[in-house]
Amino acid sequence: MDYDDVAKFAQTWGLVYFAVLFALVLLYALWPGNQKNFDEAANIPLNDGPLENGEDQ
Amino acid sequence: MNDSTARKGIGLDVLTLGVFLSVLVLISLFLTAKTQDPLMRVHAVILLGAFLLGVTALFMRAASGLDFDQTRYEEGIIKAGVVATVFWGLVGFLVGVIIASQLAFPNIMYNPDFGWFNFGRLRPVHTSAVIFAFGGNALMVTSFYVVQRTCHARLAGGVWAWFVFWGYQLFIVLAATGYVSGITQSKEYAEPEWYIDIWLTIIWVSYLLVFLATLWKRKIKHIYVANWFYLAFIVTVAMLHIINNLSIPIGLTEHKSYSLFSGVQDAMTQWWYGHNAVGFFLTAGFLGMMYYFVPKRAERPVYSYRLSIVHFWSLIFIYIWAGPHHLHYTALPMWAQTLGMTFSIALWMPSWGGMINGLMTLSGAWDKLRTDPVMRMLVVSVAFYGMSTFEGPVMSIRAVNSLSHYTDWTIGHVHSGALGWVAYVSFGAIYCLVPWVWKRKRLYSNDLVEWHFWISTIGIVFYITSMWVSGIMQGLMWRAYNSFGFLEYSFVETVEAMHPYYIIRMTGGILFLIGALIMAYNLWRTARGDVRKGENVPDMAPLPIAIPAVG
Amino acid sequence: MKFKHEIFEKNSLLLTLGILVVVSIGGIVEIAPLFYLSSTIEKVDGMRPYTPLELTGRNVYIREGCYLCHSQMIRPLRDEAERYGHYSLAAESMYDHPFQWGSKRTGPDLARVGGKYSDAWHQAHLIHPQAVVPESVMPPYRFLKDNILDGRTIEADLKTNRIVGVPYTDGQISAAKSDLSTQVDEYADDFDGFMARYPGANVRDFDGDPEHLTEMDALIAYLQMLGTLVDFSTYEADAEENLR
Repeated sequence: MDYDDVAKFAQTWGLVYFAVLFALVLLYALWPGNQKNFDEAANIPLNDGPLENGEDQ
Repeated sequence: MNDSTARKGIGLDVLTLGVFLSVLVLISLFLTAKTQDPLMRVHAVILLGAFLLGVTALFMRAASGLDFDQTRYEEGIIKAGVVATVFWGLVGFLVGVIIASQLAFPNIMYNPDFGWFNFGRLRPVHTSAVIFAFGGNALMVTSFYVVQRTCHARLAGGVWAWFVFWGYQLFIVLAATGYVSGITQSKEYAEPEWYIDIWLTIIWVSYLLVFLATLWKRKIKHIYVANWFYLAFIVTVAMLHIINNLSIPIGLTEHKSYSLFSGVQDAMTQWWYGHNAVGFFLTAGFLGMMYYFVPKRAERPVYSYRLSIVHFWSLIFIYIWAGPHHLHYTALPMWAQTLGMTFSIALWMPSWGGMINGLMTLSGAWDKLRTDPVMRMLVVSVAFYGMSTFEGPVMSIRAVNSLSHYTDWTIGHVHSGALGWVAYVSFGAIYCLVPWVWKRKRLYSNDLVEWHFWISTIGIVFYITSMWVSGIMQGLMWRAYNSFGFLEYSFVETVEAMHPYYIIRMTGGILFLIGALIMAYNLWRTARGDVRKGENVPDMAPLPIAIPAVG
Repeated sequence: MKFKHEIFEKNSLLLTLGILVVVSIGGIVEIAPLFYLSSTIEKVDGMRPYTPLELTGRNVYIREGCYLCHSQMIRPLRDEAERYGHYSLAAESMYDHPFQWGSKRTGPDLARVGGKYSDAWHQAHLIHPQAVVPESVMPPYRFLKDNILDGRTIEADLKTNRIVGVPYTDGQISAAKSDLSTQVDEYADDFDGFMARYPGANVRDFDGDPEHLTEMDALIAYLQMLGTLVDFSTYEADAEENLR
C-alpha cells in the first residue's frame, strides 16, 4: 500500500462516507416529525420543576 | 436545608469505594517502601496520605449513619467544584503572569542554583493549571449541575461522585508537583508520567460512569443537547488520553517511562491528542456549558435546536481530523498535512454555526447585554469563540502557517480562545451558579462584575494584540533578506525585538488576574449572603432544590 | 414505565457509541497508515541509537522543558535551511521516544546544533546565558554541574528503549553503566569497545570538570551530537523512495 492507494480511497469512499453521514444528520435534524420533540427539548433548561412548599429559598 | 437522611446499613457505594481505597492504600504503601527513586517516593507519600484521608472520611461517613437525600439535587459537590474552579483559576493565572514576566525580565526572575521555578518547568504548571485544573473543574462542576437539572435526577453514584471530585484534585497536585520537581514525559498538555496517567484514567472512567448513570436515571425523555456535548467531551478525552499516553515505564517503582511511539508517529499521535484537547476539552465541553447557561440566563430557549444537532455532529466529526495542521512543513508526510489542513478549514463552518446559535438565543432580549453584566460575559465569550475559530482555520493554511508556526502568534491565538472563550464562559457560569446553589437572591455586587468584565477585557486585548504584533514581526524577521542576499537578522536580534511586547503581554496577564481576584471577592461575599448597598438590582427567581416527582 | 426506562438507557449508550465511532475514524485514518506506509521514513545512512550519556542528556533536556522554547524540526524553507542547515528528516527522529520536534521557537531551533559551538561555549551559556548572549531570555542551568550521574537506572533505560523498538544490542545494554563514564574519558580501558558499539560518537570531557561525571556532561554530549548522525553525502533527497 502506498500513498496513491490511500489518496484514491480517500477521494472516493471517504467522500461518499462524509456525504452520507452529513445527509443522515441533516435528515434527522430537519425531519418535520421531530419538530415537536425538539421544541420540548429546547425548553428543558427553563423547566426546573415546581418549588416545594415551605422550601427555604 | 439538609441534604441527608438516615441510612439503613452501609450502602453499596460506600462499600465498593471503601474496598477500592483500601487496595490503593496497600499499593501506595508498597510503593513508598520499595521505591529507590527519590522523586517517586515523594509522590508515593502524597498518594498514601491522600488515600488514608479518603478511607478516614469514608469511615466517618459510614459511622454517621447518614445517606444522601434522593429527593433532592446534589448541591454539595457543586459548591465544592465552584470553590475548586475559582481557586485553581487564580493559581493558573498567577503562574501565567510569573512565566510571562520571566520572558520579559529574565535577569531577575530566575535562580541559577535550582531549576524548580525555571520557565521550562513552570510552563506546564501554567498550562495544566488553567486547562485541567481551572477548565477541568469548571467542566466537571457544570456538567454535574446541568445533567441533574436537565434530567430531573439526582447525581448517581453516591460517594463515587465525591471520589471523582477529590481524585481529580489529587491528579492536579501530582501533576504540578511532578513538573516542578522534574517529572514529565514532555508531551505538551499530556506531561504527567505513566502512573499519574493511570490515576487520571481511573478518575475519568468513574466520571463517565457517574455521568452516564445519571442520564439513565432521568425522568425527562429527551437528553438535552448540552449533555451530548459533555458526553462527547468525556468519552473523547478518555480515548485521546489513553492512546497518547501509551508508554513503558523503566520499572514499576520508577517515575520515568518511554513513549511507545517514536519520531513521526509519536508527533502525529501527540498533535492528534493536542488539537483534540482543544477540540473536545476546551470546545465541546464548554459548548455544553454555553447550551445550558446562555438560554437559562437569557430565560429563553436556544435559538435553533435543529442547528444545535447539526452543530454537534459536524463539530465532533470534523474536529478529530484537524491535528496535523500543527505539523505543517515538518517530516510528517504531505498527505497527512493536507488532510489536516482541509478539515481545519472546514471546521470554520460548524464553529460559526454554534456561535450563531449561541448569540441569536438573545434575540428579543438584547437589552440584557446592557443590564446584566453576567449575560454580557457569556455573550462576549461566544463572540471570542467565533473570533478564535475564524483565526484558527486561517492559521491552518500552509502558507499562513509557514509564517505563524513557532512564533507568538500561536500563543496569542490560544489565549484569545482560552481567556476570551473558555475563561469567560466559565466565569459567566460561575456567576450564575453561586447565587443558585448558595440560595442567594442575587450576587453581592453587579458593579464588581462590571469591573471584572472591563479590566479583564482590556487585559485580553493587551495580550492578544501584543502577541499578534510580536508573532508576525518575528516570523517576518526570520525570513528577511538584505540586499546582498543574506539573512538580515540573527536569531537573537529577533528575541531582542520581542522585549516590549513581552512587557505588554505581562501587563495584560496582570489585568486578567486582577479581574479574577475581583470575581473571587464578589463570589465570597455572595456566598456569605452579603448584598452591596446602593446597587439597584432585581432579585432572581429562586430555583427548586427538590427533584420534581414527575418529568 | 419500566419498559420505557430501558429504552432511554439504551439511547444514552447508543449516543456514547455513536460519538466513539465518529471520533475514532479521524485518528485511525491519520495515524495508523504512518506505521506501515513504507514511504513514511526515509532510508538513510548513519542513524544509530543514543549512547547512554546522550540518552541521559536527552532526559535532562526533557526534564527541564527545553522543548518548550527550542524546536528540533527544520522546515524545508529557504531561510531555515540557511539559518539551521538541511531540513529535518523523519529518519532523524526514528529512535526518539518521545519526539522532541517542539512547537515554539522562543530560542533557535536545535535540530542541528551539534558541533556548531565549542563545549566551553555551551558550559558558559548553560551556566549563565546572558553572560554569553546578553539579550537572551533563557533561564540559567548552573545546578546541572552539581548533579552527579550515578547511572542507577541507565540499564533499565536502554532495556525499555529496546522494548519500544530501539535496536540496542545485549552488549550495549550490559555495558551501559560503564559506557556512561567511558564517553567522558578518551583514555578509558574500554574506549575501543565503546567506539565499536557507538561508531562516530564524541568522546571527551564535556563539562570542563574531568573529576566528575555530571548532568552537564550528559546534556552537552546530547547537544553536540544533535543532527550530526545522518550522512547527507549519500542521501538523495530527490530519489523516488524519499519523496513523500
